[in-house]
Amino acid sequence: MNSQNILEVHDLAISFRTVAGTVNAIRGVDLDVKRGKTLAIVGESGSGKSVTVKSIAGIIAGNGVLNGGTALYAMRDKDGNEKVIDLLKLPKKEMRHNINGTHIAIVFQDPLASLNPTMTIGAQIAESMTFHHLYSHAEAHRRTLELLDMVGIAEPERRVRNYPHQLSGGMRQRVVIAIALACEPDILICDEPTTALDVTIQARILELITELQRKMGITVIYITHDLGVVATVADDVAVMYAGRIIEKGTVDDIFYDPKHPYTWGLLSSMPDMDDTSDMLYTIPGNPPNLLHPVVGDAFAPRNAYAMGIDFRKEPPLFKVSDTHYAATWLLDERAPKVEMPKELQRRLARIMKEAQ
Amino acid sequence: MAGDLYKDVGDFEFVGINTENYIDETFASQSYLKDVAGRFMRNKGAIVGLICIAIIVLFAIIGPSLTPYKYYQQDAKSANFAPRIQGVESLGIFDGSETMRTSSKSKTVNKYVNDKKETGYEDTYYWFGSDTLGRDIFTRTWFGTRISLYIALLAVAIDVLFGLSYGLISGYFGGKTDMIMQRIVEIISGIPSLVVVTLLMLVLKPGFLTISIALMVNGWIGMSRIARAQMLKIKEQEYVLASKTLGAKDAFVIFREVLPNVMAQIIITSMFSIPRAIFTEAFLSFVGLGVPAPMASLGSLISDAFKSLTAHPYMILPPIIVLGVLMLSFNLLADGLRDAFEPKMKEM
Amino acid sequence: MEKEPLLKVAGLKQYFRINRHFTVKAVDDVSFEVYPGEIYGLVGESGSGKSTIGRTVIRLYKPTEGRIEFEGMDISGPMDAKTEEALHTKMQMIFQDPVASLNPRKKVLDIVAQGLDIHGLVTSRSEREDRVADMLRKVGLAQEHITRYPHQFSGGQRQRIGIARALIMDPDLIIADEAISALDVSVQAQVVNLMKRIQQETGMAFIFIAHDLSMVKYLCSRIGVLHYGHIVETGTSEEIFGNPVHPYTRSLLSANPSPNPKVARTRKILHYDYATSGIDYNEGALRDAGGTHRVLATEEEFYQWTH
Repeated sequence: MNSQNILEVHDLAISFRTVAGTVNAIRGVDLDVKRGKTLAIVGESGSGKSVTVKSIAGIIAGNGVLNGGTALYAMRDKDGNEKVIDLLKLPKKEMRHNINGTHIAIVFQDPLASLNPTMTIGAQIAESMTFHHLYSHAEAHRRTLELLDMVGIAEPERRVRNYPHQLSGGMRQRVVIAIALACEPDILICDEPTTALDVTIQARILELITELQRKMGITVIYITHDLGVVATVADDVAVMYAGRIIEKGTVDDIFYDPKHPYTWGLLSSMPDMDDTSDMLYTIPGNPPNLLHPVVGDAFAPRNAYAMGIDFRKEPPLFKVSDTHYAATWLLDERAPKVEMPKELQRRLARIMKEAQ
Repeated sequence: MAGDLYKDVGDFEFVGINTENYIDETFASQSYLKDVAGRFMRNKGAIVGLICIAIIVLFAIIGPSLTPYKYYQQDAKSANFAPRIQGVESLGIFDGSETMRTSSKSKTVNKYVNDKKETGYEDTYYWFGSDTLGRDIFTRTWFGTRISLYIALLAVAIDVLFGLSYGLISGYFGGKTDMIMQRIVEIISGIPSLVVVTLLMLVLKPGFLTISIALMVNGWIGMSRIARAQMLKIKEQEYVLASKTLGAKDAFVIFREVLPNVMAQIIITSMFSIPRAIFTEAFLSFVGLGVPAPMASLGSLISDAFKSLTAHPYMILPPIIVLGVLMLSFNLLADGLRDAFEPKMKEM
Repeated sequence: MEKEPLLKVAGLKQYFRINRHFTVKAVDDVSFEVYPGEIYGLVGESGSGKSTIGRTVIRLYKPTEGRIEFEGMDISGPMDAKTEEALHTKMQMIFQDPVASLNPRKKVLDIVAQGLDIHGLVTSRSEREDRVADMLRKVGLAQEHITRYPHQFSGGQRQRIGIARALIMDPDLIIADEAISALDVSVQAQVVNLMKRIQQETGMAFIFIAHDLSMVKYLCSRIGVLHYGHIVETGTSEEIFGNPVHPYTRSLLSANPSPNPKVARTRKILHYDYATSGIDYNEGALRDAGGTHRVLATEEEFYQWTH
């Protein structure tokens, strides 16, 4: 395992048994998460981004079946000794006691659903700490106040006794973040934490997360469909489509030099503030129904640049640079040279200039 | 086969997907009713219930014509005869004999065939036996089932028609209208139904229609509450608002937009109301407020048979078994329907 | 703009009385105009009252106070039959939730033809079917979809059905109430392109209610920024995005994440909290900031913000 990585996922494959049949939600995912950095996983509905991280955290739904793959986690215990374990092979009980909360923590989308309406927020923050026997009650209380302050909640002594319904949406999400950070985890997973919040509140939560990451050196995995959010928080990006990673690289790679037609489509779908074009370049159609087996490239039916081979064989990840990979047959040496759509080229030129 | 889609196109040749005038293909998926029917079929309890109901209804229709007796036909001399069925009697059961127990000894008696003398009933067969007035219990049981079912169905039909409309209208208009309508409901539900029924029986002649009216007085309230709750849930849905912005009138919105979405709940609730109506009628009959003699209903049969319970236990069994199976089956059916319409878990 | 406004809203107030002690002032003295053929944007966050304005204009609610004029007719109070007819045919709405905006028990044919049925605009079954099929084609759906039910479609497709339902009435004004917020990013772009194309082909006016600033800037020629039921700033796209004056507008713009990593990282976010800002929206009036640009402010505030 590469020493820079805290988490390495290889060949992850997960399916779900439903009344209508078997849904192949994840069809071979490889991910490297660098220690202390932020990885953003981008995708639309049905891409499998949530399922991927839930499998790492051991909280897949009951009808989920692990069909293969490993998730190697370089765990450092209190004395600094490092041990590599496969999270997918751990029994549930060990996951709950030793990993969830203490090493890996998750922040979900809806803060109201993540908080127990019948417990004070102070009790909920302290609960994690006392459950994992990290602190005594008195120490946990002191640390709770510290955490509330750290996540930017004013007057922590008063707020500790509040119930979730007495707080605004943004404050609730801060409390959820405090709960997640209570036991000082190595990895913080954020599953669309700001989608339900107003854009001004979102901006502040994003600010908070980046600040905390810098201060505490945590590794953050951020799931979102909003490319603006990705540009703000991410160091590395993985773009998912129909259960596979179709492009991954540093955030500069993806935004300034994208190679996959789906990524082109995603970037073009969002008008930026200086867009004067007449129509947005869009990807037509909908993501595929994963109840049916996929032959070839799952994106082919919607791909203006699709070739014969896209309907027959699934493209492997082609190397663009040491950091940048894309799964498209367009990168094969036999493929015709294709440039990204004109509107996207123009926009990239424009934002490169803006960045100067 | 999906892989053959563009098999004439070379590996690295563009297929030419037209993204300009792309017309969407749908996600294929099952129709809602097929889904519901599928779930229902998989529920064994519901199927058993459905079959039992079908058998009972069948007998209620044809049962009385299977015997040569009419339900009101009395024969004083053949009172209290035990069950006797052709064919089976040679096996020693249902041969028309019953064991009479007294405190000191027991004696087996057969009123049909007697070694000692001619009874005149050698060729008579009462399949479920005869009651204290010499009426065939088999005929009366199925006739009584018919009456009980009629009354229950009539009561539920009025419940649905009136209670449904009342609840939908009350919920839709809200505000003062709703407040007044609900206060009326509360007042009516506060009056004990037994009192109402008794008063009705005093004012109107006891009969089939009277008891149906008695059941209707209170029964519609449950349905109206369900309908109102559903309406409150649905009326803020955007498709209802869309209808309004297009200029639909209130009646259209209530009965053409909202009602189809409420049907599932209504069907389920009616299925649960039927056993309740049957039982209520049976209870009223049992305490003497039911259909008048010589008409029979399951409740009146049980009431009559109750008087001879210790001497002739066979008399009470048929109506009680039919009543029990009927109620259980309707409950199983209603449960099955509810699970079919509202699955809690989509996954296995 | 020398033309007559298609829609004129003046002093609109919409209060909802929760109980004896508490009234929600969802819309508090809002005035704006929409001209024929333009796309007017109403931007705001949750609680700003933007959806309420849309629903009040189309008379799903009765306005608490104020005046709404549509095509010269007063639709704020009781209306005669002719006015109501015009309201229900010439003004249409597209809703936010693709799942809830279509009746699950109705076929697509009946959903889209609903307006035609209510106002008796078709005379035969075949004409009805033809018009619906034609409209579905216009919004990018296949004709075969007429007999299907909503649950068989994806979110983007459902929104198109909702658009077809509105479009088939040939309205002069369409109110799109957060019509793309619940959709995936790439699907949003499809629907936005569709709306733009419709507008160019038919010259319909739109009121585009949204919270996504980038989409609003892209689509709309004129914009109103809403906060707590007040319009705090209004003007053309260029005026507002080029020179935002009100501190709320400026904080909103700074918070909008930019899909440009280098810019996004170094951006400074302007924080604005109404409760502690010392500003009272009820005290301000709309002041002229050049061209059609107006800002809600008292004299001192206006001076402060523009100097």
